Amino acid sequence: MIVLLIYAAIFVASYVIVKLVVHRQARDYTSLKTVTFGDESAVTPNRIASVVSILSIFLLWAAFTGSTLVPRFLHAPGPFIGDATFTYTAEAEGQRDDATVTVRVFRVGEDVAVPEVDPGDGWAKNDSDTVGAWRSGLIRVDRNDELGRDSGHAVVAVNGQPIEPGGSVQTDFGRVGMSPKGTLNFEPAKGWQMEPIWLPPPEAVLTRLVEISREGYRDSTLWEHLGYSLFRVLVGFVTGALVGIPLGYAMGLSNWFRGWFDPIVEFMRPVPPLALIPLVIIWAGIGETGKIILLFLAALWIMAIAARSGVSGVRISKVHAAYSLGASKGQIMRHVIVPNSLPEIFTGARVAMGVCWGTVVAAELVAAEKGAGMMIMVASKFQLTDIVIMGIILIGVIGFGIDILMRKAEKALVPWKGRG
Amino acid sequence: MNRRDGMSGLTIENLSMRFDLPNGTAVQALKDISLKIKQGELMSVLGPSGCGKTTLLNIVAGFLAPTEGRITLNGHLVKGPDAERGMVFQQGALFEWMNVRENVSFGPRMAGRREKDWGGTVDHLLDVVGLRDFKEKAVYELSGGMQQRVALARCLANDPDVILMDEPLGALDALTREKMQSLVLKLWKETGKTIILITHSVEEALLLGERLLVMAPRPGRIHREYRLPFADLGVGQDLRQVKRHPEFAQRREEILGMIWDMEEEIMGRTEESA
Ligand SMILES: Nc1ncnc2c1ncn2[C@@H]1O[C@H](COP(=O)(O)OP(=O)(O)O)[C@@H](O)[C@H]1O
Ligand SMILES: [Mg+2]
Repeated sequence: MIVLLIYAAIFVASYVIVKLVVHRQARDYTSLKTVTFGDESAVTPNRIASVVSILSIFLLWAAFTGSTLVPRFLHAPGPFIGDATFTYTAEAEGQRDDATVTVRVFRVGEDVAVPEVDPGDGWAKNDSDTVGAWRSGLIRVDRNDELGRDSGHAVVAVNGQPIEPGGSVQTDFGRVGMSPKGTLNFEPAKGWQMEPIWLPPPEAVLTRLVEISREGYRDSTLWEHLGYSLFRVLVGFVTGALVGIPLGYAMGLSNWFRGWFDPIVEFMRPVPPLALIPLVIIWAGIGETGKIILLFLAALWIMAIAARSGVSGVRISKVHAAYSLGASKGQIMRHVIVPNSLPEIFTGARVAMGVCWGTVVAAELVAAEKGAGMMIMVASKFQLTDIVIMGIILIGVIGFGIDILMRKAEKALVPWKGRG
Repeated sequence: MNRRDGMSGLTIENLSMRFDLPNGTAVQALKDISLKIKQGELMSVLGPSGCGKTTLLNIVAGFLAPTEGRITLNGHLVKGPDAERGMVFQQGALFEWMNVRENVSFGPRMAGRREKDWGGTVDHLLDVVGLRDFKEKAVYELSGGMQQRVALARCLANDPDVILMDEPLGALDALTREKMQSLVLKLWKETGKTIILITHSVEEALLLGERLLVMAPRPGRIHREYRLPFADLGVGQDLRQVKRHPEFAQRREEILGMIWDMEEEIMGRTEESA
């Protein structure tokens, strides 16, 4: 919630600042327009906004994980680390006495020693213990007291505030609760930062990336994991396209093919490829064959439908013109129908590549020995959140890269798209 | 070259076309049309929309088979589309994936001819239609008028006997249209092609048609036929000069009135049935 508010604040603040500081120098056509609201063509992505957007996500991430990459004053309040103290008042055999508890709060993973404390006077002795940050620990204060539970030892107040089983008292260092049986429970203040096990700081992810790209993970290098995923996508997509495009053409050109395959394609189209994973595993196991069959099926229908609509989308006057210019059926196919359908096929290919990439990761999550999805799934079982986040970022970057490549190819190969 | 003998030319005999609609009714798009067009004639066709002009042209082109009647060209029966009957569409019939020159040379290339055979003709045609400097341009970068000039050149490069044009200038602005009309006349005179030109502009029909066919709707039939001097006058002339011809204005009023009457009749009929 806080994060969302801060994010919104950054959004507004950077807008105001950029508006004030940056005067648009370029006097392009759009800047001369007086009506821009509602004119879609006048809306172009503000590059400064994009940069600030990405930076602020990293900033928030860093600030709320106590990253060393950003200066300390930007950090959100961290969890309490160090020695926390509170006093308790115990009652036994009608006598009351106070004692102090010192709890050393440490970062989980670091070595820590129980602090030495002077037992103090009175029958209730001072206690000490350790608790990890973001954790909580039971503290048996009665153990070292002269009057134990057999004598009816009961804690009645913490820092002077009365407490009873089930209740709690807030201290400067965190919350002291009491279990139904009367044992104290110390929960050090968590601050606003995220525990690394939930969200590691950016540098931890980066270190992990360097480490895994050097040493690999689970007997394969990082590049092998990613390469396997990409390889599956590529093989699945190519085979899907090799079958799907001719199938789509046949459906666009022949009544019989259209009639025969329409029900199949229309039925398979709304079935998400993920729903096929169990069946494919039953049929082909969890090896490469199964994954490639799955991706083949994911790409097949998309490419078939794209090719079909590419053929149906040909203006009849183009076909008529070609016939009256003396072209044969084969020539019309090759010089009119195929090139005319290419823009649609490219659109389909972009969609199919995206779907395949998503499907391969999901399939690897379910079962695989190598692959990007397998990497994050195994890591999550061991609570290696940094690997999980690294994997997610890599998967996103690769998916984005694939789409950019497809768009570049589209621009180079079908420049007439949308200009018919 | 002008083969104005009995066998040459385009003959349309007792042509009828009925579309059976899925709802059980039928549209009589054409009824009993007979025509003889000599080699080298330019005939324009006018008529209220829906009177079957496009249907007639599509049958002549061979895209549709008539329900009755037959068409012969130079003595042989028309059975389907063929390179001997070229077609110029209103728009959108160019191939965007080819540049201007590739579009124009499409016919010869499909016929398997070598560039050294067609290169000269194609380049000459591109000169004639004023696209010499646009040979390598993509067609979608050209203006509408230029695109229609590509379409004309593409049709001519294939050297058809008959050129069929379905409102070829319909999508152009008035100024471009006038220039294109001169170009069509010039090309017609230079090449001696038989041309059937459908238009919805009375002026265009008068200016370009040696013969002018006025069609009437429901069922589509020939209403009247004119023989006009303006096309011959217009060759190499300023077309505005021709429009000042006294007979031109008279004909224009006469035909406009005729078409107005037909349109009103259609409106009346639809109101009755409504
Ligand atoms: N494929 C078709 N199916 C059914 N009716 C058609 C078809 N093509 C044309 N028609 C009908 O035939 C008539 C003539 O159409 P058309 O030749 O396009 O007229 P025009 O070109 O003179 O405007 C119209 O009534 C039209 O609705
Ligand atoms: Mg028409």
